[in-house]
Amino acid sequence: MSVSAATAVSARRVGLPSQRWLGLAPGWWFVLPALAVIGVFFLLPAVATLALSVTDFDIYALADLRNMRFVGFDNFRRILAGEQADLFWQALANTCYFVLIGGPLSVAVSLGFALLLESKLTRMKGLLRVIFFAPVVTTLVAVSITWRYLYDRDNGLINNALETLGLTRIDWLGDPRWAMPSIILLAVWKNFGYNMVIFLAGLQSIPGELYEAAALDGASPWRRFWHVTLPALGPTFLFVGVTTMIGYFQLFAEPYVMTRGGPENSTYSLVLLMYEEGFRWWRLGAASAVAVVLFVITLAAAMAQIAVQRRAAA
Amino acid sequence: MNRTAKVWLHNALLALLALVVLAPLLWTALASLLPPGAAMSVRAAPQDQPDAASFTLNNYRQLFSRLSLGRYFLNSVIVATAITVISLGLNSLAGYAFAKLRFRGRDTVFKVLLAALVVPVQAAMLPLFLQLKQLGVINSYWGVIIPSMATIYGIFLVRQYALSIPDSLLDAARVDGAGEWRIYRSVVLPLLTPVLAALGVFTFLTAWNDFMWPLVVLTGNDSYTLPVALAILSGEHVQDVELMMAGSVVTILPVLLLFAVLQRQLIGGIMMGSVKG
Repeated sequence: MSVSAATAVSARRVGLPSQRWLGLAPGWWFVLPALAVIGVFFLLPAVATLALSVTDFDIYALADLRNMRFVGFDNFRRILAGEQADLFWQALANTCYFVLIGGPLSVAVSLGFALLLESKLTRMKGLLRVIFFAPVVTTLVAVSITWRYLYDRDNGLINNALETLGLTRIDWLGDPRWAMPSIILLAVWKNFGYNMVIFLAGLQSIPGELYEAAALDGASPWRRFWHVTLPALGPTFLFVGVTTMIGYFQLFAEPYVMTRGGPENSTYSLVLLMYEEGFRWWRLGAASAVAVVLFVITLAAAMAQIAVQRRAAA
Repeated sequence: MNRTAKVWLHNALLALLALVVLAPLLWTALASLLPPGAAMSVRAAPQDQPDAASFTLNNYRQLFSRLSLGRYFLNSVIVATAITVISLGLNSLAGYAFAKLRFRGRDTVFKVLLAALVVPVQAAMLPLFLQLKQLGVINSYWGVIIPSMATIYGIFLVRQYALSIPDSLLDAARVDGAGEWRIYRSVVLPLLTPVLAALGVFTFLTAWNDFMWPLVVLTGNDSYTLPVALAILSGEHVQDVELMMAGSVVTILPVLLLFAVLQRQLIGGIMMGSVKG
């Protein structure tokens, strides 16, 4: 018996992964169920959104598919320059406001809390970590309702506290200038614990010798933070930055529950627009165009951020 | 400033921050126990605090008797449990195979999955709705469960962890004549327990708290999950602050309790997913 034949026999006997069933390696059978779910119920519909965005799929097509027609880029024209343009550009501007102000603010707050917690002076670190993480596990809809009352102009807890401090009341959710900042504040409170934990993991992976060396050189705490901590957190920043941004582009539940996009559409977001177009008015073609725009913008922003941080690291 | 003073100052600041972070949750719990109309008169000043004697469970009683919150609670439990159990099974199978089994196309498929992480779920929602309508599962538990039966993040997390399983252990089992399925069940699954615990809590929390997709797919009153029911009720009962806060407590408390018990696993899992990411 040749050597290769002997190996083949022993491989069969001990059941190495080369053993096939219906012509597929065992590995394939292991991944197939999950791949089928993700492929059929996520990737396929995601691609189908592109197809749907060039049709006039509406409530009539929902009843009978023969009522659907190919309309080219009409949906995009309608939202970018047609009768829906005002609302679309407002929603885009609001979403960008939320992403560009809320995102970095949330990351900064997360880093601040992580640094405070990681300090050698901190007592009861474990308990504090749980407390700061608690808002993350709460239900967004439920806490949005709570915050709607906290923000109440006449009787809300926040305005009562402001008044006690001698400040004037603010019409948080009723004033178009304050509504989006109010939602950002809620989002930061709700989310910061998540990135805080990731920053904690990043901080704990920085070798202690780096700090000792910096301390020997007589570097001040501020310089140690600037020259040791921040550069060492580079990969964490990239991860946190990209995931936070993608998440913030999906703003939906807060305006849906708290403001319905108002006042004066000042909190109307892209996903809210997509939802109302698609599932309230059943214009799925037009809503798909919004979804495509959302995806393109998210992707472009993620790639831009990766490029910027690569350059900063180089 | 000496060290003791520094420690005091530092921890006083942290305690204050902890209080601020917890304040909205504490207020929710407090308001849920007050009689109608009392919550919005809670002031920051101590003399305006409500009298403990006025605490009542009436709001909770109303929720379950008049607003059938028990039904929504049950819906949430069923949907979140089913998603957790099914997706743990599928994600662990796939994550283990991507880490430890060799098959043609493995690395390419995995790269495609990772790239797909940047696609927002909303981008798939509209055709997904039509798809599930064809399957006849709109307004049913399955309509919520099916799209969450496997997740890229879950596969990724299990794979990261499974990479540390020594090949020699698996080969030894193979030499003993165990098939791949047997090895997965008796050797791999026990080793994956820590990551599956973390992923399990994470999945349950995500499913319990999920709002947009259940809002889309659950079209009838009887099938609502808690967040959907709460969002709709809160539109009809804007003035019933205390009632709505009781509803919030019923929605949030289960996940907070789960988190309190399994916080180490959950936070450890999130840290694990980020470090090698």
